[in-house]
Amino acid sequence: MKCSDFLKELTDYLDDTMDSKTKAELEEHLQWCHNCYVVCNTTKSTIEIYRDSTLYELPDDLRGRLQSAIISKCKCHKSSSETASAEVKAKDSK
Amino acid sequence: MNAIEHNVAEPPSEETLLVEAARAGDIAAFESLVRRYDRNVFRIAQHITQNREDAEDVVQDAFLKAYQNLGQFQGQSKFYTWLVRIAVNEALMRLRRRRPERMVSIDEDVKTDEDSMPREIADWSPNPEQLYTQSELKEILGKTIQGLPPGFRTVFVLRDVEGLSTEETASALDLSVPAVKSRLLRARLQLRERLNKYFKRRDGDPRP
Repeated sequence: MKCSDFLKELTDYLDDTMDSKTKAELEEHLQWCHNCYVVCNTTKSTIEIYRDSTLYELPDDLRGRLQSAIISKCKCHKSSSETASAEVKAKDSK
Repeated sequence: MNAIEHNVAEPPSEETLLVEAARAGDIAAFESLVRRYDRNVFRIAQHITQNREDAEDVVQDAFLKAYQNLGQFQGQSKFYTWLVRIAVNEALMRLRRRRPERMVSIDEDVKTDEDSMPREIADWSPNPEQLYTQSELKEILGKTIQGLPPGFRTVFVLRDVEGLSTEETASALDLSVPAVKSRLLRARLQLRERLNKYFKRRDGDPRP
């Protein structure tokens, strides 16, 4: 197996979504290829660091404001569509 | 209005019941769905738009649009995947407005594999995130992911940060599974390459 073949399979390897034969071939390659071993480990760390980061957490005060705004817009939409359907019914019954 | 299709063998999930109640006009049920997913939608929106105000608008618009279109949600996908799809489209629209000079689309940036080939092979320090304070680390991670093309960072965020499956990511972005896999690989390798300069092992670091 060449390093470029290893790289092509890296995503499936890290996600553990491959058949056992291919997995064994990749692990055999990792045993002797230090470069691929390093790329594999540091890519895994990259994913973990982003997954565990608190980047772009929604602060509580902003969260409260957004929730109120969303719900009041939904209520507004609900009452305007109810009014519209009541008007249609009134027209139909005339 | 059609009822959401249930799998006969399984009782409806709590989420399905909330969606059905919201469709029937129960605002409190929709509020529960907002509370369940607003943090995720905000994170996705900020990752795509890279702008706090836009992300706030995306959260509001995506939930309102979801509420207005609940009648069209058939339950073939999860409610969350459907919501993410709406949020991604809203976020991309805002990004396009802000950067009219550049075409912004999920389909762009399909270049050769050369872009993602590792150039610097350096081992990282053990526990690299501990080399920096929380705020320094956030700045590094934010700056680094900002440099990725929007199509790549969207796939990375949905798949690796938010934990959607490859199939769910494909459905949310209207991409094929191989297209998601290819973008994910390039996004991961490009981020790794860019993070090298911050996290690589320095002289004096202990050996693992």
